[in-house]
Amino acid sequence: MTDLTDIPTTVIPPEESKGRSLFQLAVLRFRRNRAAMTGCVVLFLITIFSFFGPYFISHTYDQVFPSYVTAPPSLEPLPRAETLGDVMKGVADRARVELRDFAVEGNTFTATVHSDQPIDPRSTRYFDRANEFDNTQVTATEEDGRTLKLTGEVHREYFPFGTDANGRDMLARVMLGGQISLAVGFLASLVSLAVGVTYGAISGYIGGRVDNVMMRLVEILYSLPFVFLVVVLVVFFGRSFILIFLVIGAVEWLDMARIVRGQTLALKRREFIGAAQALGLTDWQIIRRHIIPNTIGPVIVFVTVVVPKVILLESFLSFLGLGVQAPLTSWGALISEGANKMQSAPWLLIFPAIFFVVTLFSLNFIGDGLRDALDPKDR
Amino acid sequence: MTADATGTTETVLSVRGLKVDFTTPDGDVNAVKGIDLDVKPGETLAVVGESGSGKSQTMMGIMGLLANNGRVTGSAKYRGKELIGLPLKGLNEVRGVKITMIFQEPMTSLDPLYTIGRQIAEPLVHHKGMTFKQARVRVLELLKLVGIPEPERRINSYPHEMSGGQRQRVMIAMALANEPDLLIADEPTTALDVTIQAQILDLLRSLQQRFGMAVVLITHDLGIVKHFADRVVVMRRGEVVEKGTIKEIFEEPKEDYTKMLLASEPSGSKEPPADTAPIILEGRNVAVDFAIGGGFFFGSDKVFRAVDGVSVRLKRGQTIGIVGESGSGKSTLGRALLRLLPSTGHYHFGDKNISDFDRAAMRPLRKELQLVFQDPYGSLSPRQTVGEIITEGLRIHEPQLSRADRDKRAVAALKEVGLDPAARNRYPHEFSGGQRQRIAIARAMILKPKVVILDEPTSALDRSVQGQVIDLLRDLQEKHDLSYIFISHDLAVIKAMADYVIVMKNGKIVEEGPTEDIFEQPHQTYTKTLMAAAFDLE
Amino acid sequence: MFQFVLRRLASAVPTLFIVVTISFFLMRFAPGGPFNLERPLPPATMENLMRAYHLDQPLWNQYLQYLKNALTGDFGPSYIYKDNTIAELIGKGLPYSVQLGSYALLLALIGGVLVGTLAALRQNSFLDFLVMSVATTGVTVPNFVVGPVLTLIFALMLSWVPAGGWGDGSLKFLILPVITLALPQLAVFARLTRGSMIEALHADHIRTARAYGLPQRAVVITHAMRGALLPVVSYLAPCAAALLTGSAVVESIFTIPGVGRYFVLGAINRDYTLVMGTVVLVAIFVIVFNLVVDILYGLLDPRVRHD
Repeated sequence: MTDLTDIPTTVIPPEESKGRSLFQLAVLRFRRNRAAMTGCVVLFLITIFSFFGPYFISHTYDQVFPSYVTAPPSLEPLPRAETLGDVMKGVADRARVELRDFAVEGNTFTATVHSDQPIDPRSTRYFDRANEFDNTQVTATEEDGRTLKLTGEVHREYFPFGTDANGRDMLARVMLGGQISLAVGFLASLVSLAVGVTYGAISGYIGGRVDNVMMRLVEILYSLPFVFLVVVLVVFFGRSFILIFLVIGAVEWLDMARIVRGQTLALKRREFIGAAQALGLTDWQIIRRHIIPNTIGPVIVFVTVVVPKVILLESFLSFLGLGVQAPLTSWGALISEGANKMQSAPWLLIFPAIFFVVTLFSLNFIGDGLRDALDPKDR
Repeated sequence: MTADATGTTETVLSVRGLKVDFTTPDGDVNAVKGIDLDVKPGETLAVVGESGSGKSQTMMGIMGLLANNGRVTGSAKYRGKELIGLPLKGLNEVRGVKITMIFQEPMTSLDPLYTIGRQIAEPLVHHKGMTFKQARVRVLELLKLVGIPEPERRINSYPHEMSGGQRQRVMIAMALANEPDLLIADEPTTALDVTIQAQILDLLRSLQQRFGMAVVLITHDLGIVKHFADRVVVMRRGEVVEKGTIKEIFEEPKEDYTKMLLASEPSGSKEPPADTAPIILEGRNVAVDFAIGGGFFFGSDKVFRAVDGVSVRLKRGQTIGIVGESGSGKSTLGRALLRLLPSTGHYHFGDKNISDFDRAAMRPLRKELQLVFQDPYGSLSPRQTVGEIITEGLRIHEPQLSRADRDKRAVAALKEVGLDPAARNRYPHEFSGGQRQRIAIARAMILKPKVVILDEPTSALDRSVQGQVIDLLRDLQEKHDLSYIFISHDLAVIKAMADYVIVMKNGKIVEEGPTEDIFEQPHQTYTKTLMAAAFDLE
Repeated sequence: MFQFVLRRLASAVPTLFIVVTISFFLMRFAPGGPFNLERPLPPATMENLMRAYHLDQPLWNQYLQYLKNALTGDFGPSYIYKDNTIAELIGKGLPYSVQLGSYALLLALIGGVLVGTLAALRQNSFLDFLVMSVATTGVTVPNFVVGPVLTLIFALMLSWVPAGGWGDGSLKFLILPVITLALPQLAVFARLTRGSMIEALHADHIRTARAYGLPQRAVVITHAMRGALLPVVSYLAPCAAALLTGSAVVESIFTIPGVGRYFVLGAINRDYTLVMGTVVLVAIFVIVFNLVVDILYGLLDPRVRHD
């Protein structure tokens, strides 16, 4: 007799006619786990941020701002007032005019330019060409057109996460990276789930020779250096998003198959399976009604382990330069770019790394919480 | 701490107001609610109770072995020395030296990774300062003492290389190593077959006489108590119900609960069916082989013959009891008769020859041939409601029924087995063992079967619940003219339930005949041993 | 035991065969080749190259040829490092990688088991919480972040150790790469040990040991720890594989001329033979480690002894 069998189980009040299923109990336990619930909320927020964030910002992930290459993150709009003058001077130089006066008020600027020759009013397009200025118009012409008074809108950009070496908005890039990383993580886990559960349940339930052969195959596949094969596959078949998650999923199903098989073998010995056979259920009915519902617990827990593993694996591929192709990106790719420029532009590393690590942390907490909730032992 | 003058001389262990509480997520559970008991030198005190009575937790609490969420308060003095609240170091001067324990599960109570010799030597090494080498002589002596053959060889064995009985002997050797003052035996024979049970108890008794130690025997089995103990403490729900000498408790029990426990030994007997009753299920020359071991690429498959040419004939209204110890093939025979596993032989159900029926052909017949299992915890799917569980068979065999019809049948079936029909919306984990067994019976009965195979249906239940389940099965048999095959290792239950008995050993029939004949005049030695082990204890 | 080892080695042959076959055909069916450069080579040069590397022969012949050569340890010449055979490149890189890997394995194993055991013994304490948080961080932060961050702090800012390279192979060159490589695995070992230790401490036979008044040291180390180490030992093989993967990253970050770096370069440059060679090498490593794990397991657990 184990320690606990002598402890009386909670007595059910007889008037309660609706019972709580094990699943409902697990949900209750899970909701009491603060770390896991926090993980859930954080993961949810990050998902919302990654997938819906892009609709709320004005820049797209592939929009290049040549004027703001590796701009540090700031809540102030760019360009700042003091740098605008320099920018304007640069533009004036390009237009071969002399800048005599420049002022910014709100979102409009006024400038006075002068040249020895009469200025072609069309040269305002030089001003429009700069990211910073828009709708430049001539308001007054003096000295026979040698001096022009210009006015126009100052175009200001917000880069709270800064920009990368190509002048792309890191906020948009981090959002996109999140989309790709999360999508790869979940889709690859789904692939491994589908393959692993089917394979494991069949192998375990049929048993005997079939089981022997199927598990032998898994064993052989186990000793293949799979990560290396993934790299080989990606190198040789190109770097499409679909291929990446299919390949990763195809690699990660082995553990899933083993777990489900183990569960199935244990379940097969349980008497309720014998009872189902005695009732005359077919194999398929037994697998569907009794085996699979009872393997769900460990499978869910395992998925929360696979998702971060997949995200890490994808980041490894990105580090090797084998991840999704630019201008697409993933957190892994961003981090590995950022790690190279860590000293000169630390924000390139910090922002994607924070999201990446927080996501993996959340998944870990959710996984631990699920395990505790579904398998309530004193851990 | 003042030494209790009388306590030191007259009691080995004195327990006062002992409480054990467990903190669980659903609130505190009071497992032991303030009990008193005394153990005198050299005596055997039996602590008796059903599961949940707190009898084991009392001793675990005293020995500082509670699970992490457990708490013990009150007082427990060993020869005047307070054990509750004693720091680990002080406690370890008593544990394993003065007070030792043996546990129910000889399988898991020994460390699988060390030889038994080393494990027996450990208390000697740690308490007597011997080296493992020095301890070896004493270990050999102990092994001889507890009746392990070839101790020189067995000293290097690992637990998994020994049988359950031998492992329990090893535990006893370990318990005796330091010649303790008090031995606490927590259900020491419950996990063992009856014949082994008797041997272990005999061994314990002879060793007790030899060493003069006191023994606390924790058990649910009154048969053992009567045979073995001097005094009895009856516990229920964490409280002491009654205390007294064997004579007092067994001959003049005062409390109703004690009386109920004593009366709950199954009683009654079954009349055989009329000679004209038709044969409903027959298996001739039943044989079942299991493949064991054997690699996939290397070596041939070895075959283990679990059932070896057994013939069974079940008449309508009859109950055949199949008796045997673990590994006798009795459960396998039951499943083979229902064609649930690959087997050879000739099978008839009613006037149908079902010898060549495959699974699909058997499916329509499943309705008539039902099975009830031993483990009321394992035989119900934890993820279905009771309603879903008991109506699953109806969905297969009477698919024309509407949802409402099925529900009506479920209500009727639950009422029939004595459960509140409201139970069908609940989940199995919310019910006690006895209630679950009723659910399992309802699942079989709802199909209105002709034959039910009952595989140890009462073995996992407390005695008091056992009696109720047996009564229920009897009622159902009478009402529906059922035929039973009742598989059990428990001779008392078989005697009460069956009108015909088959005794099995190693896959073969040792002896068979009408119940009365087998129990009154067994012919075979094995049957006699079984009877002796089961009934001489009382 | 000897027979067991032989049998396991024999069963490694089909595995290796499958590894070689899969990677060979994957490579050949894949679009693009090592000579499909951005600026196409003149047809004549291309033809010469193809002939030199036997790429003009039927696939079947190439496969058989490759198998035959591989048996003798000859994986052909590198496409990119034209003056070296694969065997030479691996021979050059292997000592570095092995040294790096074995230090990291030791650090991860010893550190992880120690920390995990402490956490298990003080379950739910602050120490436990701290250890587990650090371990979770170790698992979640990729090593191509850890590496540069460590370099920045300890090499560039504090100048305690060199930023990269192998130098004379002395300790100061090894510290950062070994830590970077070991950290994620150390974290896994810590989590694993904690879990199995907690479970082991709840086992019935631990209750027996306690009931017999064995000192805490004997209960924890002799009885609980040995059982708890079983899952840890089984993780050694996946760990070795993970270290091999990790070494590709770490060797690139710290510019260590090991096999991992060749693999990365080979992959990026589509150097078929180099990638094949490293894949087969890794497969051999994984198989050997699996064998070592099985033997160790047998030594620790008498129930699975192979004799």
